This record gives sequence, C-alpha cells and structure tokens, in this order.
Amino acid sequence: MFTSWVIIRALAALAFLGVVATAIPANAQTQTPPASTHQSTVIDPDARAVNEHTLLREFPRIQGTILIPAQREAVLIQPDGRIWDYFHEVLLRWIGVVAIFGMLAVLAAGYFLLGRMRIAAGRSGIPVLRFTSFERFCHWLTATSFVVLALTGLNITFGKVALRPLIGPDAFSLVAQYAKYIHNYTSFAFVIGLVLIVAMWIKDNIPRKIDITWLREGGGFIRSKHPTAGRFNAGEKLVFWFALGAGAAVAVSGYLLIFPFYLTNIFGMQIAQVVHSIIALLFIAVILAHIYIGTLGMEGAFEAMGSGSVDLNWAKEHHGAWLKEEVAKGRVAAEQLSVAPAE
Amino acid sequence: MARMKFLCDADRCIECNACVTACKNENQVPWGINRRRVVTINDGKPGERSVSMACMHCTDAPCAAVCPVTCIAPTPEGVVLHSKDLCIGCGYCFYACPFGAPQYPQRGNFGSRGKMDKCTFCAGGGGTEVPGSIDEYRKYGANRLLEGKLPLCAEMCSTKSLLAGDSEIIAQIYKERVLTRGYGTGAWGWQTAYRADVTI
Repeated sequence: MFTSWVIIRALAALAFLGVVATAIPANAQTQTPPASTHQSTVIDPDARAVNEHTLLREFPRIQGTILIPAQREAVLIQPDGRIWDYFHEVLLRWIGVVAIFGMLAVLAAGYFLLGRMRIAAGRSGIPVLRFTSFERFCHWLTATSFVVLALTGLNITFGKVALRPLIGPDAFSLVAQYAKYIHNYTSFAFVIGLVLIVAMWIKDNIPRKIDITWLREGGGFIRSKHPTAGRFNAGEKLVFWFALGAGAAVAVSGYLLIFPFYLTNIFGMQIAQVVHSIIALLFIAVILAHIYIGTLGMEGAFEAMGSGSVDLNWAKEHHGAWLKEEVAKGRVAAEQLSVAPAE
Repeated sequence: MARMKFLCDADRCIECNACVTACKNENQVPWGINRRRVVTINDGKPGERSVSMACMHCTDAPCAAVCPVTCIAPTPEGVVLHSKDLCIGCGYCFYACPFGAPQYPQRGNFGSRGKMDKCTFCAGGGGTEVPGSIDEYRKYGANRLLEGKLPLCAEMCSTKSLLAGDSEIIAQIYKERVLTRGYGTGAWGWQTAYRADVTI
C-alpha cells in the first residue's frame, strides 16, 4: 500500500520533470457557468471567463499580465512548487541516503571481503615520478574545493535533520548562512580546478582497447589476474569522464541558481535545483569510492598524489603499459626495471 | 480557533491595485518588494479576470517544509510567519511557493538575496520580537491581528473582492455571492493552497 503510494508520487515527480516540454494550447477553454436558480434571468459575465481548474488542466502554471515593472510576478499560480517540495523533502533524502550510505556499505564490504590491495612484489624502493607538482596542485585544488562544496551542500539539504537538533536554531542558521556563501564562492575554485584537470589529462583519458581488457579482467580486483593499463586505467578514466560530465552539470545548474532570473524562470530554477542536487549526491558517492581506492583500498596509490612518485613495483603491477612508455621516453632508466624484483 | 485565509472574488476585482498600495503603506514595505500583486488573466479579451494574490498561508505550507533552517512556521490561526533572524536567504521557499509570495531585497549578486520578506497577514513576524513592538514593526510590518483588525489589503478593497479572515466565514460570504448573482470563477488558489475548494 505504502510502496504503491511512493511509486505514484515518484511517477508524479518524473512527470513534473517532463512538463518542461508541455505544449501550450492556443486558446483556453471557456467555462460552463455553475448551476443556479437565477441562470435564466442573469447575464452571465462568466460565460467567457476561465477559472483556475480549467487553466491548470491545460497549463502547468497560470500566468497573466501585471502592471508593476517586476514582470516575473505575472505568474499567478505554479502548483509545481508543491511537487518540488515533495522532491526536496522526500525523494532527494532517499536518493542521498541510498547513494551515500549505499556507497559506504559497498566500500566497507569491499574492504572486509577483499582487504587492502597490496603491492604483490613488495616495495622496490625505487621511486617513479607519476604526477608533477602542477598536476598535484590542480588535483588538490579541485579535491579540497569539492570536499568544501560537498559538506556545505549536504548541510543545506540534510543540516536541518543532522546538525540543527545538535547545535540549536540560532547557531545552525549562522553556520548555514556562512556555508551558503562558502558554497557559492568555492564553486569558482572548483570550476578552475576542473578545467585545469580536463585540459591536462584529457589526452591520457581517451578510451583505448587496453581498457576493455582491463575491465573484463575485473580491474585488478581479481587477484589471480593483473591487467595492465596505460597512464590511467579504465576505472580512473570512468572517474575522469564522470567528473567532467557531473562537474559541468553541477556548475551550470549551480550558476543558474546563483543568478536567479538571468536565464531561467522559477520552473527553470526548480529543474536546475533537481539536477544540481541529484548529480551532486551521485558525485559525492563516486568520489567516496575514488577516495577509498586512493587511500585505504590500495597500497602505494596515495603517494602518486602525495609526493608525486610511486614505487616502481606499484607502477609495474597497475600501470605496466605506462611504465614502458616512460622507459621508452627515457624518464625512467631501463636498468632500474631489472633491479627491481621480478613480478 | 479561526483558520485565517484570503479569498479573492475575481468577479469583483477591478484591478485598482489599492490592496497593493495599502499593503505597501501599512507595512512600510521596502522598494522592489511585492508582498501583494494583482495579476490579470486574458487581459483585454472577453472574460478577462483580475486576481489579487499574496501569500495564501497554505495548509502544509511547502515553503515551511523546504526551508533548510526551518525558519517558517504557521501560527495556531494558520498564518504562515517566518523569522528574519534565522533566514539565510537561500531562495528555497521561493522555488516551493505556488504563489510567488517570497520576496528578496537583493536579486542575483552571488546568491546574497538578503532576508526573505512576504505577506504576514498583517500579523507581525515569526521572530523573537515582542508582538506589536516597534522592533517587530520595523522587521515585518504591522501586527493588525493583535489589535483585532484584519489585513489592510482586504479592509481597503473598494469592491470587497478581496476577503480576509476566518476561513468558514469568508467561504460563506463568497458562497452567498455566487448563489445570489448566479456565477463565480471560484476561489482562486484555494485548491493549491488548502487542497479544498469552496463548494457552492
């Protein structure tokens, strides 16, 4: 009973997302006058007047003309507001809880079942430069701004449930006020970081044949297999392209919300908020997995973004094709390969 | 206790905008903020109707539900009031409002909209100020309900198109009008705001 009700509400919300394309009929229907004992004697000025029900059956919102300069006020009634309310208070919370706690559960299960991925041959002690200091700067610019945006963004949706009861309404409003400004301004750092990352790494993230093999062999999670990869493996490429797509979507929708009425009306802002919040939550879930694999999940991975250099054996095991290219380019001495214990 | 509502009889509204002016004056509403407005449907065509609209003080108000800092709440009389001390100016109430009621002193400017302002049903504010005090007046406008008076927009209405007051009483007045004159385009916004129409 409850489930079917949820499904109906979910469908209603989906329909709401679709009404942007609703065609507007040319003429509004005329209304039949209400039954009345005086009907035969009175002149009915309502014969050609429309009423709210008729208009709302035909249009997503009722709009007229207005005398004041603020022309946006000419929208009289937009019932979509209540659907947006339902999305924000019910659907979005479920999406957030399932995406974030679901991902945490998957990662915890992965950690306890598979354990940490070790460097199979042990450390060689020979460092191989993987990311230059500029590359690391771009990554950490994007990463820190992402974390700030994620926390301040989660606060606006979940803060009143998670934080407000703990610190009280006054302190929470103060926090939320600053969080809003921090969220708005940090967005610029994030966009700059994302643009730099894309410019820097797009050429190494073009899908190649080797990626299919990598994916088919379980991306290194199956211990018996050790699929090789170029500079970035298929998993990293997926994160890259997801970050590019999701980053662009949250940036565009976010800036539409920061500048109300410049390009959108209220309906556009509702859609922008829906897009912004859903994609941001999925983004957070994906980045949680990215953080896990870069720290706890794999030995020797974090130093690539920490010091910039990885252990030679780590490079051999995870990015063999890339290491060969580096040797060919003369960036890694060929004799070092033989020094390191064989795989 | 009475449930306070607005009802605009569109068949009587002559788009004089006196309600808008009365509201601005009574509450000293800042420039650029439109607590009440008059929208004309099918302007210049046969069957044209004007509707005076402000915050409808909804049942299960969506603005109150979506507010990230929970600064909006209904009074026991159903008047939806907010606290400007708690408001962070995020704009969410304004996405959720079916009637375009929430207003902001600044537009754009990197989301720094300022504290939300809207119709208070001339019932002061939802903050911590003493009801009827000058502090409350400066922040939210008049508290006529405290003085036993109704919102000035409705009181000033020249054709008594705009009705404000106890839901049952204003619905009864409207019902009698429709039955007497034989027509009526309905209580605009009631279905959306209160999920219940005036049945004639």
